[in-house]
Amino acid sequence: MADNAIAIHWRRYPERYLLRGCHCETCKTDFFPGRLFCPNCRRKGKMVSKEMPRTGKIVSFTEVFVGPIGFQHETPYFLALIDLGNKCMILSQIVDSPKEKIKTGAQVKKVFRKIQDTDHEGAIAYGYKFKVS
Amino acid sequence: MQEAGIVGYGFFVPRLRITIEEIAKTWKKDGKKTSAGLGLQEKAVAAWDEDTATISVEAARMALETAKLDSQKIGAIFVGSESHPYAVKPTATIVGDAINAGPAFMAADLEFACKAGTAGIQVCMGLVKSDMINYGLSVGADTAQGKPNDALEFTAGSGGAGFIVGKEKNEIIATLDETFSFTTDTPDFWRRQHAEFPRHAGRFTGEPAYFRHVFGATHAILEKTGLKPTEFSHVIFHQPNGKFPRIAAKKLGFTEAQLKQGLITPLIGNTYSGSTMIGLASVLDIAKPGEKILAVSYGSGAGSDAFVLTTTKNSSTKRAPISVLEMIQEKEYISYSEYAKHRKKLKSL
Ligand SMILES: [Zn+2]
Repeated sequence: MADNAIAIHWRRYPERYLLRGCHCETCKTDFFPGRLFCPNCRRKGKMVSKEMPRTGKIVSFTEVFVGPIGFQHETPYFLALIDLGNKCMILSQIVDSPKEKIKTGAQVKKVFRKIQDTDHEGAIAYGYKFKVS
Repeated sequence: MQEAGIVGYGFFVPRLRITIEEIAKTWKKDGKKTSAGLGLQEKAVAAWDEDTATISVEAARMALETAKLDSQKIGAIFVGSESHPYAVKPTATIVGDAINAGPAFMAADLEFACKAGTAGIQVCMGLVKSDMINYGLSVGADTAQGKPNDALEFTAGSGGAGFIVGKEKNEIIATLDETFSFTTDTPDFWRRQHAEFPRHAGRFTGEPAYFRHVFGATHAILEKTGLKPTEFSHVIFHQPNGKFPRIAAKKLGFTEAQLKQGLITPLIGNTYSGSTMIGLASVLDIAKPGEKILAVSYGSGAGSDAFVLTTTKNSSTKRAPISVLEMIQEKEYISYSEYAKHRKKLKSL
């Protein structure tokens, strides 16, 4: 990653490494990514940090043939919208899964992978991807 | 002194495989002959979004799951590897944050060719036995690289395993009864700073290196414990290929039956720091209570760490969610050109 992006990446380590979002104790709602205020309860909301489930279900998916910079050699790859079962949705790359198993409704689990490593002398960005379980 | 033992174990082997025949085809070598000579059919290949850190995190997560342990209780994390993603910046801190062990834990990366992971187990044993920590995690993992067309390219695989050492009797799967290390300065294999691929001293890697140290450590630990080869249910030797551990077992008086469950290299290649540890994990997958296990690692440079373990009654209930032999069934074969892409052997990548 570019050196000037390190602080932004580092702040998101809890989210990327642990799927840490937050939970409003007032209305018992989970949020991912985390946010400062509960949109339901506003000032009455009480937000606490919370790790999201590490498993989920594919709601929708697509196969990417033209990747953005940094991903152009990884194509074709799959991106999926995943329902974590707590009303939180997450967009993630699907890896380590045979093509025929990637479909709507498939159970997936979180894995830890490199997200970006294009600069040989730069810092490596790690984070979550999912695989069909 | 406190008793110490393994309270949890985990492992990870990447999904991609390349056969020895496919590598041999590229270099116009006889694949069947090479494969038979090395006692190896195929090797696991880290995909290009996998490295020693990602393998270590997966192994550590599974170890926590097996141990049913709160990651915040981990007091030390050591990652042994010869392919740490950074030359400077620890892998152990990535593992610590990725399993939520921090920030109250001690950490360091270790390097001792193929035996850095078992050295980490010894450090954890010392810390646990002396009551400095309650739980220590040692991971051995590698995404070993062999120079194209070098003998090592046919064997260098990717994978790793992690063990959590603890002291609570009701949590221990296998007690760590004894350990012994046999260490000398032997230049059989090395990689200089900034060099991409390791170099080795050919035939010199056999007798004065692997066998001398493995035999030295094994003889010493047998003498120290008063145990005979026949008293062990399982034995694991470092497995740089499928042949060396078989020769070592035979010469030391162990049978193929004692060796079988922990001999994984023929199926996934030499995972370097992961090699002996994945073998031990595979043994714990099936070990019954009260069995004696001998594990002897070897790292070039050179040294061997020997361990005598005894499984407890917890060994039949505390098992990894998937066995080593099951995990390595999940695979996808790739060609040499795909392998060259994933392992960044092409200059522009
Ligand atoms: Zn709320």
